[in-house]
Amino acid sequence: MSSKLTETEAPAATIRKAGRQVSQSEGLIFEKSAPGKRGIELPPLDVPAVDPVAALGPEFARDHVDGFPEVSEIEVIRHFTRLSTWNYAIDLGMYPLGSCTMKYNPRVNEFVARLDGLASEHPSQPADASQGCLRILHDLQKCLLAITGMEAVTLQPAAGAQGELTGLLMIRAYLESQGNARKKVLIPDSAHGTNPASVVIAGYEVQNIKSNDRGQIDTDHLREYCTGDVAALMLTNPSTLGIFEERIAEIAAILHERGALLYMDGANMNALAGVTRPGDFGVDVMHLNLHKTFSTPHGGGGPGAGPVLVKKILEPFLPVPVVTQKEDGRYALEHVRPKAIGRVRAYCGNFGVLLRALAYTLAYGPGIRQATEDAVVNANYIRKQLEESFDLPYNLPSMHEVVFSDARQKKFGVNTIDIAKRLIDYGFHPYTTAFPLIVPGAMMIEPTESESKEECDLFVDAMRSIAAEAETNPELVKSAPHATRVGRLDEVAAARKPVLRWKP
Amino acid sequence: MRYLPKSPTERREMLEVIGVRSAEQLFESIPEQFRLKAPLPLPGPLSEAEIIRYFQDRAAENARGYTSFLGAGVYQHLRSVVTDAMVQRGEFLTSYTPYQAEISQGTLTAIFEFQTLMCQLTGQEVANASMYDGSTALTEAVLMAERITGRHRVLIARSVHPEYRQVLATYAKNLGLAVEEIGYGESGQLERSKLTKENLANVAAVVVQSPNFFGVLEELPGLADAAHAAGALLVTSVAEAVSLGIVRPPAEADIVAMEGQSFGVAPSFGGPFVGVIASRDKFVRQMPGRLAGQTTDAAGRRGYVLTLATREQHIRREKATSNICTNEALFALVATVHLCLLGKEGLREMAQQNLAKARFAQAELEKIPGVKRVFAAPSFNEFALEFPRSVKLINAALLREKIIGPYPLGTHYPELTKRGLVCVTETMPRAEIERLAAAIRRILDSPI
Repeated sequence: MSSKLTETEAPAATIRKAGRQVSQSEGLIFEKSAPGKRGIELPPLDVPAVDPVAALGPEFARDHVDGFPEVSEIEVIRHFTRLSTWNYAIDLGMYPLGSCTMKYNPRVNEFVARLDGLASEHPSQPADASQGCLRILHDLQKCLLAITGMEAVTLQPAAGAQGELTGLLMIRAYLESQGNARKKVLIPDSAHGTNPASVVIAGYEVQNIKSNDRGQIDTDHLREYCTGDVAALMLTNPSTLGIFEERIAEIAAILHERGALLYMDGANMNALAGVTRPGDFGVDVMHLNLHKTFSTPHGGGGPGAGPVLVKKILEPFLPVPVVTQKEDGRYALEHVRPKAIGRVRAYCGNFGVLLRALAYTLAYGPGIRQATEDAVVNANYIRKQLEESFDLPYNLPSMHEVVFSDARQKKFGVNTIDIAKRLIDYGFHPYTTAFPLIVPGAMMIEPTESESKEECDLFVDAMRSIAAEAETNPELVKSAPHATRVGRLDEVAAARKPVLRWKP
Repeated sequence: MRYLPKSPTERREMLEVIGVRSAEQLFESIPEQFRLKAPLPLPGPLSEAEIIRYFQDRAAENARGYTSFLGAGVYQHLRSVVTDAMVQRGEFLTSYTPYQAEISQGTLTAIFEFQTLMCQLTGQEVANASMYDGSTALTEAVLMAERITGRHRVLIARSVHPEYRQVLATYAKNLGLAVEEIGYGESGQLERSKLTKENLANVAAVVVQSPNFFGVLEELPGLADAAHAAGALLVTSVAEAVSLGIVRPPAEADIVAMEGQSFGVAPSFGGPFVGVIASRDKFVRQMPGRLAGQTTDAAGRRGYVLTLATREQHIRREKATSNICTNEALFALVATVHLCLLGKEGLREMAQQNLAKARFAQAELEKIPGVKRVFAAPSFNEFALEFPRSVKLINAALLREKIIGPYPLGTHYPELTKRGLVCVTETMPRAEIERLAAAIRRILDSPI
């Protein structure tokens, strides 16, 4: 057995977290298909069969679905199991994606979401037969109100972005009821892309505002921009730099003086739960991302849930239906609310996600503060140990995440994406690259509370080692990853001549 | 706390490295007056066993063990344990959006397969990686039609799911989009006579659902011709996707907005489900949501990436085609695994069983004196019946027999009081259909 390291491979000794392993090759399911195979058998039909052509008429009847796969059960199992091994996942290790809060997804949440009597329930069944579901929603509402210090809530939005839109529509309806919906929404340059996109759908114009040299809202600048046309400021707090807005009270006061509202993007609530409440520091409307702070699995891109929490003045505008508890203790869905903005999604939102978030909250109870503390400790522990190796463009205290830049590695021709790709070889998912936009070459790291000291140490070692490689062997970093099934994929070709489906 | 992997000693060591005495100190950037002094008044902490007990107690307060004849946008279909076993693999369940393609090929390949399956089912050329659900997919399809045509008026059939129309109304209100409704005729289909040249002038899209909310199939080729003649698009919503196993696909539509819940996704009190938008290649740059595309690496190996991202909010911000970011990837995977298991023959057989059982139920119920079918046009697994009594009263009596009865159409259609929508899928045993018929007969026989 002789293994000679190629030039682009790192010495195995420096990569402690991951080793190599054979991974199964697998084609597309369509390429395995052969006529006559199937993976599910149905119980026999216990009523007389009906001929579709006769029953529907030839104009409505369809023959078979062209190109549809025909495979057996074991082939389906092997196919998707093999595919799964090509993914990184939280269950495999740290996922330091800044702003994404990739924390442990408790397994008990998966179990309870599948219980007969919960997973089986139809959203249109009578309230009398849905008391359990309605109570789950109501209990979650109470927990979220306690954690945020807000006064009313809707659980309907399907994800954070839809929560943003819902909150903005409520702001618009409220201001309209005051006589003027106004025209603009202020958005800091460090904001998530969903913020401006949601503003447009709510019928507002985006007014970008610059952060100051500390990465904070420039209050003088805010005063200047906060004219009578401004409906709201959409603020992420802590910001996407992981820094708390120290002048939050002043920011809220400036807006309120001028009749505008403060919207908080709750994407970074993982830094605050149990420590401080947005309702106390002047926030009028906010959304939460339950697939971040409240541990529901990201599932390769979704589902999420984006509850919106508001102050009393906005309660009349909540989307319908609203989950309420009646005097007799029974739960109900209130559909008739004259000032409501309408509906943003069918039914009561992503119930299965909401249910998991409640299971998470119940697991911690008041101890949720410990999770927040551990998340902030992890971020600061990593920050402290990487400050020597990487450029820190904003050095205010970090909360749950820290943003470095690739400024030092750039000198050797290595950028944030190269370092991120090299992390893959070290057995880690990359951090968030190139965001927030105010940091050129951003490296945004959020470990969450789910990481042990050992895992944080491995990450620090990996990052230091890559920093050294960037100086001594930049090509190694620039051509990473080396240990994956496929190398860097040609995204330009993918977009220029899109192939978006399999064809025979 | 079992989810937190640090010992007290490790916490201390980490604080020492950071150079602070306590974790409190790390929160000093939060103004003092806003820092909580007392623990939050939250229930818990609960152990795993207590959490399970809490949710089992809630499940017992629902309709567990009841037989339900509700459809109306959410359908109870056969699901295989294989699907859940695949989806619960941590590598799928606990992975992020596949932006880092090299370590996300599992998710990306599955999305590419999902997109292909959705194209095959709908007769369209391109499908996205998922939307939140059928209601928001329809709304996004309408906004897409608005972008494509540059027109700001849509005609939507009243027979489109009422809650889907409500969602569209919420979005349309501030976008200068005029939404006008078209009624249904005696057949239950859209009233074609309303699609006049004058009425179609400056219309971005004619929006229908098939099978529509009453379970009735719409004649899409004719509707497409009428819309296209006026320069409008045909947007078609599909809420009961299993129908596509035997019903002609909406190939004439320009945009299809589908709810994929029927493909292996539990009703789960209304979500999470899986929406999808499918359309023509030429409109792909106006589509909302993520798309996976095929490409190669430097060594020529096939792989998949998220592509055409310049449509999306994280690149284009306020100029994006939509604000959608998180989608329903895990449930797109559920649908993909489920459809691979069913395959060509299984999907067709499942759809045929729905048709047969619904026809059987319809015949059984129509034997009851005073119970009549409402609409004449062909339907799939749902049909509207007229009863001699209020549907809500009948349902209250049925509930005592652990039957959840027909969906009361009067809720959203004042002209359809005493009409109820009955849904029968392949999961409904014949004996339960007969029990429903006997119960309704008995209820109608008894004095009010």
